[in-house]
Amino acid sequence: MKVYADNAATTKMSPTAISAMVAVMENDFGNPSSLYSIGQSAKEVLEQARSDIAAVINADPQEILFTSGGSEADNQALRSAAEIGRKKGKKHIISTPFEHHAILHTLNKLEQEGYEVTLLPVHEEGIVRIEELEAAIREDTCLVTIMFANNEIGTVQPIAEIGEVCHKHGVLFHTDAVQAAGHLPIDVKAMHIDMLSSSAHKYHGPKGVGFLYARKGIALTNLIEGGAQEKGKRAGTENVPGIAAMAAALKEAAGHMTENARHQSALRDRLIKGLSEIPHSALNGDAVHRLPGNVNFCFEGIEGESLLLLLDDRGISASSGSACTSGSLDPSHVLLSIGRVHDVAHGSLRLTLGEDITEEEVDYLIRNVQEVVDYLRSFSPFWRDLEDGKRPHIL
Amino acid sequence: MALYSEKVMDHFRNPRNVGVIEDADGIGEAGNAKCGDIMKMYLKVDDDVISDVKFETFGCGSAIASSSMATELIKGKPIAEAMQLTNKAVAEALDGLPAYKMHCSVLAEEAIQAALEDYYSKHPEKASN
Repeated sequence: MKVYADNAATTKMSPTAISAMVAVMENDFGNPSSLYSIGQSAKEVLEQARSDIAAVINADPQEILFTSGGSEADNQALRSAAEIGRKKGKKHIISTPFEHHAILHTLNKLEQEGYEVTLLPVHEEGIVRIEELEAAIREDTCLVTIMFANNEIGTVQPIAEIGEVCHKHGVLFHTDAVQAAGHLPIDVKAMHIDMLSSSAHKYHGPKGVGFLYARKGIALTNLIEGGAQEKGKRAGTENVPGIAAMAAALKEAAGHMTENARHQSALRDRLIKGLSEIPHSALNGDAVHRLPGNVNFCFEGIEGESLLLLLDDRGISASSGSACTSGSLDPSHVLLSIGRVHDVAHGSLRLTLGEDITEEEVDYLIRNVQEVVDYLRSFSPFWRDLEDGKRPHIL
Repeated sequence: MALYSEKVMDHFRNPRNVGVIEDADGIGEAGNAKCGDIMKMYLKVDDDVISDVKFETFGCGSAIASSSMATELIKGKPIAEAMQLTNKAVAEALDGLPAYKMHCSVLAEEAIQAALEDYYSKHPEKASN
């Protein structure tokens, strides 16, 4: 059996998105900036995609800016808010320690440029607390950037409440919704979201394309200078086939969101229950407020990369927050931020289910993870020490 | 492109000499849980020759493969020869390791050195040779 359980890394393109892409490649090859009809036809495709995307998140079409993906959208949102703040003498930004690196590394740069950054605790459950956010807001706060749902542990943040607090204090609110878009309902107006980042390949669209929603009136700072595309805020000929496919994928995902979430979360809970039976294991992040397809566990006494390789031999694609899989010496910053110590963070496993996941596949995942964890523990000196009482169990 | 050479994958999937020697003549450990790698080596020595060796490893694929290969390289060898085992020899025998995984071969060398030192500390008369 083959089970692709790494949908948070990327998703398979949907047939709808593929045909939308191919149709544009075959029929609308023109440059949307050209004035003749072939160009204008491509321009129409672009504008249709813009309004389709806007409709899904309750934005206006002119508030959607096409980008190369989530990272670019995150970078531009932060750079823009920082510039708006600087002009008003406000150089304080609030975020969390478990954001995506597209946010964290941009914040590091801004710190080097004289901005001050406060990272709110996300606690054991992996969720920010509204009262702590409100207490952190200062006179000079120019931006709050908090992800909609975490990419590793899937915890969903109280976005509408965060938006309300930011709105009340007159602070811009950006959310990295890369993991949430297409999977959870988003209403930028009701949730008081000023800026939002999204990436097409997380909801069965193509790679290399995404969008930034920026509320009307927010002056964007360019990352890429050049031609007048995207109202002069993002130069470069638009990726028309990719954008059309992104719009088709998002529309399709939004159309099936409720039933998909119901199906996925039921099987997610079955998977959580099954993996919880492995001794000295623990679910990472809140069990309820999490993405419908996300399961993330720590297993004591084993290391994540060897777990992934053996699961791959059994047809299972998964990911881990161990140092060995990140190419650095430290395990996942997300797991450390929810208080997991290094020793157990190395033994983490993330399984992110697709919408078409079946009960048989979930049972296959449970059985194989159990077997591989048992096998790796059978010759782990770390596990032996835990079992012999030479070290205390953590989980 | 694969992450590891076929030889690494072979030793990872079918590790040689896995386990524990209950009445080992030397036991050595290297690494720590915080870094995500621990290797433990058990040696049996007869007439200055490593007659048996077993390992236990907590770690990534290349850590398990390095332990396995290191045990193969010293099994049946005189202890003086085993003392000379380098991490480079382990990595080469595995047809190479990615640069950021070289420390796994270093741990294998260190665990064997530690086991031999343990043996010498129990048999100081051998150390003078």
